[in-house]
Amino acid sequence: MKRITELKRDIRFVSFSAVGGYEEGIGPLGKNFDIIDNSGKFGQKTWELAEGEMGRICLNTSFTKSGLSHTDIDIIVAGDLQNQCVATSLGLASFGIPYIGVYGACSTCTESLMILSSFMNSNPDIKYGAAVTTSHNSAAERQFRTPIEYGGQRSPSAQWTSTAAGSFILGDRGKVRISSYMPGRIIDGVTSDGSNMGAAMAFAAADTIKSYFEESGEKSDEFDYIITGDLGRVGSDILYDILKNEVFGFETIHRDCGLILYDSEKKDVHSGASGCGTSASVLASHFLPMLEEGKIKKILFLSTGALMSPSSLLQGESIYGIAPLIKLEYIEDI
Amino acid sequence: MDINEKKRLIKKHSPKSPIVKNMFFAFLIGGLICALGEVIFIIASEFFDEKTSQTIVTLILIFLAAALTGFGIFDKIARVAGAGTLLPVTGFSNAVVSEALDSKSEGFVLGVGAKIFTVAGPVILFGISSGVVYGIIYYLYTLFMG
Repeated sequence: MKRITELKRDIRFVSFSAVGGYEEGIGPLGKNFDIIDNSGKFGQKTWELAEGEMGRICLNTSFTKSGLSHTDIDIIVAGDLQNQCVATSLGLASFGIPYIGVYGACSTCTESLMILSSFMNSNPDIKYGAAVTTSHNSAAERQFRTPIEYGGQRSPSAQWTSTAAGSFILGDRGKVRISSYMPGRIIDGVTSDGSNMGAAMAFAAADTIKSYFEESGEKSDEFDYIITGDLGRVGSDILYDILKNEVFGFETIHRDCGLILYDSEKKDVHSGASGCGTSASVLASHFLPMLEEGKIKKILFLSTGALMSPSSLLQGESIYGIAPLIKLEYIEDI
Repeated sequence: MDINEKKRLIKKHSPKSPIVKNMFFAFLIGGLICALGEVIFIIASEFFDEKTSQTIVTLILIFLAAALTGFGIFDKIARVAGAGTLLPVTGFSNAVVSEALDSKSEGFVLGVGAKIFTVAGPVILFGISSGVVYGIIYYLYTLFMG
């Protein structure tokens, strides 16, 4: 089984943006976000529409930054957390760009970038492509858990779904290149506890990282960071335990977007952030700017997804995890 | 990696709920709600008979919990209080009102009407059912023993 695909075409990040809500704004990355809406409503009447509008605003910001318009984009790969990706459909419809919807639970950001770069790699006629990922705390709570104002006690391993969006425009200019990707495998997380999804996803992340180094022959010290999406505190600790003898110095180069987005001391977020907007917005507001400035040169980026539905959890099925991977490199043009 | 090894890792790294702290706050805040109920009862007893006063207590507590839910305060108290706000009638009120607020955007019949008891439904179903069972047992008891 060959899992890694090296991209022959030089595909780069032309521009990228992050948009968030109140909690994201007061977090450590708040000042790096392009737009923060404290109400979380983005001028819409429902939370579901708000998520779509957040994605639209985020993509529009990336257009402005790149000097491109929607007519320059040949394809868009995007997704969110709502049923049938309805937020993305309603939010991005007005652009009229050919669209592929991706539902990868919280792994959507990496999956979209992987699919988009694969399309662009095989079809040189695609000059520019876009990827957008959103998640909205209120829309997700309604769909997966309990009403927003319902009062209940949260488990210490529970994570907080972020209200955040990340958008990326890929093309032939910029300083950061996607050089390869590796799809994840569906790995049993053995727990059916919906309040402990970080733990369930840790095994998928471990599988991807281990397989990547085995297949590529690369060494972990070549990388500045190995970044996971939203394992949170519990999932990260499990990952360290699995990889401590497998990947040299893993704990020092590992970063988890779920542990970066919020200040866990200040906010009652327990094990960290979750939701597919987490890895998308942290990539766009934190890691890509660092790569673009050349502060870091090479990273592995894995968004981690918990594959479950409210019904599957009630039926006692275990949560399966998935962790696709992309390799990003800083390119210094002479 | 086999299933048992995975289960061991999850157990090893998952933090346990702070039971003593949770019980303390449940006792404190649940007790305060009951004390408030008692104060309302004493005041109401000045004007009404015992049975009416009991009903007034329930009504006022339901109203307060509903209002606090609407203002977005109830869930913040409940996050600390846990069973302290869940067990009294306040928990039931919050479960119904929060669902009504949420499903309003989906219309009054198929939204609010169909979903209002989604969270509180089990309490209504099993509460009424156990009441019926208790009633039958009580009736049979009085029939043969009374």
